[in-house]
This record gives sequence, C-alpha cells and structure tokens, in this order.
Amino acid sequence: MIKTDVLIIGAGPTGLFCAHQLGLIGLKCEIVDNLDKVGGQCIELYPDKPIYDIPAIPECTGEELTNNLLKQIKPLNIKFHLNDRVEKVKKNQNRWNIITTNKKEFNVSSIVIAGGVGSFEPRKFPIKECEKFEGKSIFYSIKDKNIFNNKTVTIFGGGDSALDWAIELSNNCRINLVHRRDEFSGAQASVDKVKKLQSKGKLDLYTKFQLNLVKGNQNIESVTIKHDDETTKELHTDYLLGFFGLIMQLGPILNWGLNLNKKTIEVNTENFETNQSGIFAIGDICAYPGKLKLILSGFHEGALAARGCFKYARPEEKLRFEFTTSSKIIKERLGIKK
Amino acid sequence: MAKIIYTTHDKQIYNIDVKNGLSVMEGAVQNNIPGIDADCGGGMACATCHVYVKEDWLNKLPTKEDGEEDMLDMAFEPKINSRLSCQLIVSDALDGLVVRIPSKQG
Repeated sequence: MIKTDVLIIGAGPTGLFCAHQLGLIGLKCEIVDNLDKVGGQCIELYPDKPIYDIPAIPECTGEELTNNLLKQIKPLNIKFHLNDRVEKVKKNQNRWNIITTNKKEFNVSSIVIAGGVGSFEPRKFPIKECEKFEGKSIFYSIKDKNIFNNKTVTIFGGGDSALDWAIELSNNCRINLVHRRDEFSGAQASVDKVKKLQSKGKLDLYTKFQLNLVKGNQNIESVTIKHDDETTKELHTDYLLGFFGLIMQLGPILNWGLNLNKKTIEVNTENFETNQSGIFAIGDICAYPGKLKLILSGFHEGALAARGCFKYARPEEKLRFEFTTSSKIIKERLGIKK
Repeated sequence: MAKIIYTTHDKQIYNIDVKNGLSVMEGAVQNNIPGIDADCGGGMACATCHVYVKEDWLNKLPTKEDGEEDMLDMAFEPKINSRLSCQLIVSDALDGLVVRIPSKQG
C-alpha cells in the first residue's frame, strides 16, 4: 500500500502541472497513466503538431510542452505509474483507497482526475466475429513477435505502426499488408521500404481494401477483404494485426459515483471538486459552465484543485498563499539555491 | 445559417439550423445529437466525429486536407463518402447537407 497525499490520474499536461502546484504547497503526489509514456493527448495524438496558445510560449510541439513540464517538476521527484489504470476507488474514513489494474494499492487524502477524455485503448476491427479471436490470433499490439515466426500475418493499417511491423515481421513471416487507400500516413521512408519488399516478393500489398470477413474455428484460418469496387479476395492467414490508432474510453471512472455530463465530470469552479468530497477533476474531463478545453484552462484548474487538496491532506493547517519569486520555502521545495 | 440534416444509424432524423462558421460537428454536439463524440474537440486528431456525406454532396464540399484523410484511416468503417464533421464549416452553401452518422465511432 502506497500512502501519499494525492493521487493524480492522467499524466497529460494538466496532471503534470497540478503535480507542480501540489509540490509548491508541500503536498506529495504520485501519478498513474494508462499509456506507456508521459504526455497524454499531447504525446499520443499530436507530438509533432505545433501548439500556439500556451501563454508566453509563441509556439511549441506537444512533445516540447511535455518535456518542459517534466523539467519543471523534476526537482519534486514525482513517482509515475505508467501502463497502469485506476480501476476502483473506495472511501476509507476521511481518505480514499485505490486499486489499479496491476493491483497496486494507494491510500490518499484526495484524488485528482486529469484523465482527458478517458484512457487510450486500441481501436478494433469493426467486425463482431473478431472478438472471439482477440488475444489468440487477432492482436492490436505486439508483446512477443516470436509467436509469428514462419507464419502468415495479415496487417491492417496505413500508419507508422502498421508499416514498421510489416517491415520488421517480413524477416521471419509471410506478410499481407492491407490498407484502405493507396496513400499511407506513415513515414515515406517506411512506405518506400514496404514497396521494395513487395517488389522482392517478401510482402503482398493490398490497397483500397478493407476487412470484410474472418473465418476459422479456434484460430483464424482466412480473411476476406473487399476492394472499393466491391470485389473480394480471400487470404489465408494465421494472424491478424490491426493498427488503427487509439481511442479514448472513460472506462472505470463511470463507476465511481461521480456526477457525469456526457463523457465529462461535473465540478465546482472554486476548487474543481466533484460531488464526491476529496475527488477533484481538471482538464478536458471536467465540466462547468463556460468550460474551455484548452491546456491553459487545465493549468488554472490544476492550480486551484491543488489548493483544494490541501484541506484534506493537512486539515489542521492553514494554507498561506505565497509567490515563487519571493517564498524561501517554495524555493527550497524546488531545490533552488540562490 | 444552413439546415443540416443528421441521420443516425437507427434512422432518426434531425433537421438542425446551424449558424455559419460553426462546424457540422459543433452543430451536432450543441444539439445533443447522438453518435458524434468529437473526443478531441475539433482538432482533427481523433476521428470520432466521422460521418458519411450523402453522395450528391461529396463534390460540393471543400476538399480534404491530408491530415483529415490520415485520420479517416483510423475511423470506424470508413467509406468513400467519409468525412470528419469537425472539418466541414457551415455556410449558406451547405444548406440542406445530409450526413449519416456511423453505428459507432470506434
């Protein structure tokens, strides 16, 4: 059981800045995120796209913003729990007990949900029959590539993941690469490599095709793909891989007794607390009149939620407002020796 | 102002007056039309505002940017007439546009 002041759910920019604000007022926090990396939507959806509306930063990419936020909280030594997701939260006297997918347990005085639009999960094939093969002969991510050795693998998608795996697996497997159009969104160098492998007969490329049918009993035996012109083709295959990016799902948050408004959580605008005392929500996931889904709004919400957490973590103390420019104690917390 | 006709996959029809300058996505979200999630809020980054445009409208709409076609690769059951509704900005020229909402957004 990890005992700390605050657990932040979500390592996007809002969660990271809230950790900074908690650190400034002397509270300890740890951060859980379902992705394998820090940065949330900034890293997963648009790492290379420039952002132009962060105050005092005329232009930066999602990746740069994330790296700068990490630099800003470095002195606070915040612990991250990546590749993990909060499943259950339960009130325990005046505190909250939390259990994650990886069975980690926390005991905290408050929770800050900075979960964006939910946790990222892979998008799946639209065909219902695919479900029964999932994890056996259909995969949306690869943990052990050796299971594919000397087998036929049919890969769907046109982005970097689809191209990179087609290239990588073509060393030891028979590859069919299927994509819905002639153009690819992945890197041109990878597209060139795929075309080269195709001309060498190491890979079969089917463009303007989509999945139409899967056949098999225990395992997949073949798939039927359908061209834009309605003609179909049957491909024998041992495995099916789909790389259609990630989609965001609210997931277990739905079961925590929070007042929800569509896919968002209702909060007050004084400290961004939800209807559950000690649970706060900030960033894209919170809802209040006038809410703007901007990173800068998330920063503001995080700063106020951090102050809201203080009364639960230090009920006997009064929080004194201080500026970073003049406060000796804040400078100490940030490890600044001047 | 333009009238946009949204049809859901279970054949419900919504005739909505959408102000010029809003996107077809915003017109749906502001009027609580089910099936358009718009997770990323209109940033062309998620493909959850995917719609099928009625065929006779296809050539009358502004052409897709590269980024839109890339995102449509991720959409649930994309077709030739697929568009991201966050990229369709309403003007008088779009009056009467018919869009069908897919059964799922992912």
